[in-house]
Amino acid sequence: MTENDKASSWPTVADRSLSAAIAVDHLVKVYKQTRAVDDISFSLPRGSITGLLGGNGAGKTTTIATIMGLVLPTSGRVQVLGHRMPEESASVLGRMNFESPYVDMPMRLTVRQNLTVFGKLYAVKNLSDRIAELGDDLDLTEFIDRANGKLSAGQKTRVALAKALINQPELLLLDEPTASLDPDTADWVRGHLERYRKANNATILLASHNMLEVERLCDRVIIMKRGRIEDDDTPEAIMARYNRTTLEEVFLDVARGRVNGAQEVAR
Amino acid sequence: MTEISLHRGISLHRIGAMILRYWYLLLSSWPRLLELLYWPALQVITWGFLQLYIAQNANFFARAGGTLIGAVILWDILFRGQLGFSISFLEEMWARNLGNLMMSPLKPIEFLLSLMIMSLIRLAIGVIPMTLLALFLFHFNVYALGVPLIAFFCNLIFTSWSVGIFVSGLVLRNGLGAESIVWTLMFGIMPLACVYYPVSVLPVWLQYVAWTLPPTYVFEGMRALLIENTFRTDLMLSALAINAVLLVASFGAFLALLRSARMQGSLLSGGE
Repeated sequence: MTENDKASSWPTVADRSLSAAIAVDHLVKVYKQTRAVDDISFSLPRGSITGLLGGNGAGKTTTIATIMGLVLPTSGRVQVLGHRMPEESASVLGRMNFESPYVDMPMRLTVRQNLTVFGKLYAVKNLSDRIAELGDDLDLTEFIDRANGKLSAGQKTRVALAKALINQPELLLLDEPTASLDPDTADWVRGHLERYRKANNATILLASHNMLEVERLCDRVIIMKRGRIEDDDTPEAIMARYNRTTLEEVFLDVARGRVNGAQEVAR
Repeated sequence: MTEISLHRGISLHRIGAMILRYWYLLLSSWPRLLELLYWPALQVITWGFLQLYIAQNANFFARAGGTLIGAVILWDILFRGQLGFSISFLEEMWARNLGNLMMSPLKPIEFLLSLMIMSLIRLAIGVIPMTLLALFLFHFNVYALGVPLIAFFCNLIFTSWSVGIFVSGLVLRNGLGAESIVWTLMFGIMPLACVYYPVSVLPVWLQYVAWTLPPTYVFEGMRALLIENTFRTDLMLSALAINAVLLVASFGAFLALLRSARMQGSLLSGGE
């Protein structure tokens, strides 16, 4: 593909209403000598749930941070909900949200105060009602007037999820959304995310090390290794291609460099 | 979305949200509130008694009553104004909340405007009791300066914001390892700003450097007012002109440092 071909394949302003929720085009991110993301391209349709898999240092967090506009790409382009990031971020940040273990909610503020501040930042209408609704949905009511710093890890994760949902985002970026949660609560959160996606036709991109979570939630999986995309397909197709019955086995194959052998078997 | 918006999309709604966030924080912690009052009070008491002692032994200070204590109050406006700005910013770094804010619709200019307003609120909490202490303990009424006090205050607060914006950009770019700059940079300015002595005391070459700093004009202006009963409008206008340049330059530097932080990925870490 020539540079001109690449340019012509990039959505124009006229295409934006029809464009993907996320379009990443030949994205490269280099930190000094480290090539954290190495020429990746993918596009996520609206209403999909996609899992971003990979070991530590695979480039997942940098990819998500670049999509959010927190990191500037070395080269390549990112478009979110039809808008170039970060140039047109002002048009799109109010329609998306995220949760990440790399950020916290202010510890001294109560859950209600935190949600009030973020609700106002996102210009949420009927904010009190929205906070009450989230309090019921995510089971926060019992500790909604307690300082965030006094909550358990699992409660904090639910509060962070409430913040991520405060503006009913069209696009939700989640980095390890069920980390620190007990299995029961984690399962309940997954159910909530599924219901949210269906009810709002929201697009969800989640990075996770929990393969069961990805198998259950995602209709597509992107596997990254050393900044590159190793595979990109439905969970079932990937497992079939690697001749494995679980994504965890596929993950281990990729992490331990057994990719070629597995592909040989699949062929 | 019903937002009160100003020119170029600045949202009062979002600025209000940030002020609410810092207000909640202040109210949640009595040590934070106490600290706002403690240091200014300590300053004015120490220097006030020193001035009383000197005035008993030196004719000049007896004549120029209030120059020392006036300098202490004005210096605190400059220093506490910058700290009020920078500490609100640091709260976001300490809380690892910066990523949440940067990913929200909050714009950098709105963030900075909210920090400016918070610096005024924090300053009021600390400095108003300090001025009352000066009045009741040492019979120095800073409010008697009248209109010149407004000129002094505005020029000092503008300088404090410029410094606050610049050092916040440095911390944003370099993480909390650069935090010490927040606490120390203003003290680097202090000898050149001629807080407690006239500019003429400095070597001639250093006087040129001193006159590039707006606070130098303010402290010279204060001495002219208290010693000679003359309000030097020329000094205030010069300070205002330099402040305008500094504010624009510091905002430009902040945006450049924010871009650099995005290039380096330091908005995600924010650590040392």
